[in-house]
Amino acid sequence: MVGIKSYGAYIPRYRMDHGTLFMAVAFLGSFPAPGENAVASHDEDTLTMAVAAGIDCLSGVRREVVDGLYLASTSQPYMVRQNSALVATVLDLQSSIRTADFIGSTKSGTTALLSALDTVKGETSGNILVCASDCRLSKPGSPQESLYGDGAASLLVGRDEVIAAFEGSYSITYDFPDRWRASGEKFEHAWEDRFIRDSGYSQFITEVVSGLLKKYELNIKDFAKIVFPGLYAREHGAIAKKLGADPAQLQDTLLSTVGDTGSASPLMMLVAALEDAKPGDKILVASFGNGGDAMFFQVTEKIKNVANKRAVKKHVASKKDLASYEKYLAFRNLAPMDLGMRGEISIKTPMSALFRERKVILSLCGSKCRRCGTPQYPYQRVCVNPDCGAVDQMENYRFSDKKGVVFTYTGDNLAASIDPPSIYGLVDFDGGGRFWFDFADCDLDSVEVGMPVEMTFRRRYVDEPSGVHGYSWKAAPIRA
Amino acid sequence: MAEGIKNKVAIIGMGCTKFGELWDKGADDLMVDAFKECIEDAGIEKKDINAAWFGVHFEEQSVGKGATSLALALKLPFIPVTRTENFCATATEAFRGACYGVASGAYDIALALGVEKLKDTGYGGLPGGPGLMGTKNALIMPKLTAPGAFAMMATRYFAVYGLKPEEGKRMLAKVSVKSHYNGARNPKAHLRREVTEEQIISAPIIAWPLGLFDCCGVSDGSAAAIVTRADMARKFRPDPVYVKALQVALSSGEELMYTRWDGAHVETTYRAGKLAYEEAGVRNPREEISMAEVHDCFSITEAVTMEDLQFSPRGKVNEDIEAGRFNHDGPQPIQPDGGLKCFGHPIGASGLRMIYEMYKQLQGKVQLPERQIKNPKLGLTHNLGGFPPMNIVSIAIVGL
Repeated sequence: MVGIKSYGAYIPRYRMDHGTLFMAVAFLGSFPAPGENAVASHDEDTLTMAVAAGIDCLSGVRREVVDGLYLASTSQPYMVRQNSALVATVLDLQSSIRTADFIGSTKSGTTALLSALDTVKGETSGNILVCASDCRLSKPGSPQESLYGDGAASLLVGRDEVIAAFEGSYSITYDFPDRWRASGEKFEHAWEDRFIRDSGYSQFITEVVSGLLKKYELNIKDFAKIVFPGLYAREHGAIAKKLGADPAQLQDTLLSTVGDTGSASPLMMLVAALEDAKPGDKILVASFGNGGDAMFFQVTEKIKNVANKRAVKKHVASKKDLASYEKYLAFRNLAPMDLGMRGEISIKTPMSALFRERKVILSLCGSKCRRCGTPQYPYQRVCVNPDCGAVDQMENYRFSDKKGVVFTYTGDNLAASIDPPSIYGLVDFDGGGRFWFDFADCDLDSVEVGMPVEMTFRRRYVDEPSGVHGYSWKAAPIRA
Repeated sequence: MAEGIKNKVAIIGMGCTKFGELWDKGADDLMVDAFKECIEDAGIEKKDINAAWFGVHFEEQSVGKGATSLALALKLPFIPVTRTENFCATATEAFRGACYGVASGAYDIALALGVEKLKDTGYGGLPGGPGLMGTKNALIMPKLTAPGAFAMMATRYFAVYGLKPEEGKRMLAKVSVKSHYNGARNPKAHLRREVTEEQIISAPIIAWPLGLFDCCGVSDGSAAAIVTRADMARKFRPDPVYVKALQVALSSGEELMYTRWDGAHVETTYRAGKLAYEEAGVRNPREEISMAEVHDCFSITEAVTMEDLQFSPRGKVNEDIEAGRFNHDGPQPIQPDGGLKCFGHPIGASGLRMIYEMYKQLQGKVQLPERQIKNPKLGLTHNLGGFPPMNIVSIAIVGL
């Protein structure tokens, strides 16, 4: 039996209320509907969110069993340098795995999931992690600005012990030019909204779902939950009605709480459906983008064993209002801000050093002394325990999944930062090991010595002349 | 322990420029100014110098790599010149090189000169940049600044000894009040204004909990010393100052990566201090060290240094600060010249600037009589380079 073995999601902490947006862009004639969007912080992007969703999905899973990683996005930082390979390294997956980027369309999330299911079914891989993540830039004042939200979902696809069995799929493809972004462009272009809604969204969802129902001789009433993205709130209901579905069968679109998360959207909704699912439930999932994919799952008894996931519900509830539109623009580098001359010091990543030290820098691995048992970060050849000092007696030790406590900290107003003060400190890890890290997602007033923290992968900088997106791990308060 | 350096080397001349934001002086001007005062004080000629040690830290700000800039600025006649760099201990390392050079018998007379031209960066604070701790650290360390790194020690000190932030900040404010008092009376100091506790506590925060007046000056300047073998010293002057101890200690990694360090002290200061006292034959540093110039890059650094050097018991420095022990008229004056806080901190010159103050005090030759400390016997200087969990400390003890 092939299907979903685990799930996870990530939604950034910041939300921007559409009232904030309205105050900023109403003069342009832009009137967003009520609601709020999840917006990435200045140190988050598509890859950091994909990693966070992957970590949520892999909690309780041995990383060694994962032998594939598919990453879907329309806003991946790199066109060359495989984004999925980077995510696989950050997740400390083994090197003998298959990776692929699924890009270019908001249906890429479901396409990646289907490809993973097919790969496992074809027995070329055992367990494939699928991550879908989008953090799309939209032009200030554009309709997309209030529509798009940032978020990621992750599903582990495998053969046995599945929580939801994969039952079948149906796909359609049209070169539908609703939105496009050419190579090298920063923002998407969009054709008229009514065209997208009437000729695309409404038609394709109906066609792909009907196709699936017909192919597998299903009745729409068979499904406990029906998942398809809600680009247009009213049309979302109208499509369901046209398909003969009851409104209660519709999975919440997250449109007013998170926004449309692009390639991640149908998978985030699927994760949310799985959070509430009971054994025996059938779940239908459809995506939209240059056509669409439809598929359905049947939930198994194993769903009862799922534990300790933040998934969608907890992430939706854990939020902080980003009340300043100017700050939002600054975080997304949509308005140049003066960081002083200290902020102009360029940072370069020596790529050969990054590759050599990838376990340390990207996987947050250190070492553990075989002789005295001391965990230490970064990897040391000579044991740091002054009473030991063993040489070359180390084994790899992963810190990214360890929690810790704040040993000390500061909020630095001198360091160049788009979100001053820069908060950083020393962390003592549970089980041993100490190092210093930048802190993420916290306010200086809430940090204290002894505060529990977890590790989160974040963007460190973007060096435009060299085209490098640099990343590192930070410590963050444990998110509820 | 080895025999040590005690009484083998004497200082026969010193020079120190005014420190400050010297917009009209380049590094070479500063070197010439410090050297001029130094060689006149020693009463020798340039040709008498056999070798030189040259300290500069941020070479990219001013002089470039190597030691040629000193040789060229002073027109040293084809003698060996060695550059030293060891963070904020850079000048003391130059001094140590010169001392060991004459102590070994390899040379009769050696010059140590340190310089730093910091005010060509275009912004406040020390020059930034990712290269300070090497390639790997640039990619994994927090993007910290010096005030932030030391602020974390203040946070930790407050937590370990149960001080509320306002109590801790008041303790630290008193440290800076004293240094501003001393700096205001020193014509060569960078910052020459007295400030009150209230001004210090209400100043803008640079890195919590440290405010503007908890941070030392970022300055341009240069200082120099000429040393010779102790047995030759009185040929040059009647009041040479003798080197009693020179010690250096570096972090082993256990502070940063092992979980034993309490974060509220600097282990290297304690270790180097112990060795220096042993070398100098000091049994009770609180009683026997007459005065000191310590590395008060930040007020918290001076406070914990008092404990690490065993001038104050652990966790009790506040009592000594309250009692005025370290004030100019107290029993153990600290930073009589204003310290890094007010005299200023051109990294590569600071160690020699500290020794300059001790030298003048010991000789009774401080320019203004009200600055003179009465009958000092031993003076200690201390540099801390790097950050509290990852640093180098140098200590020198000099005396008559």
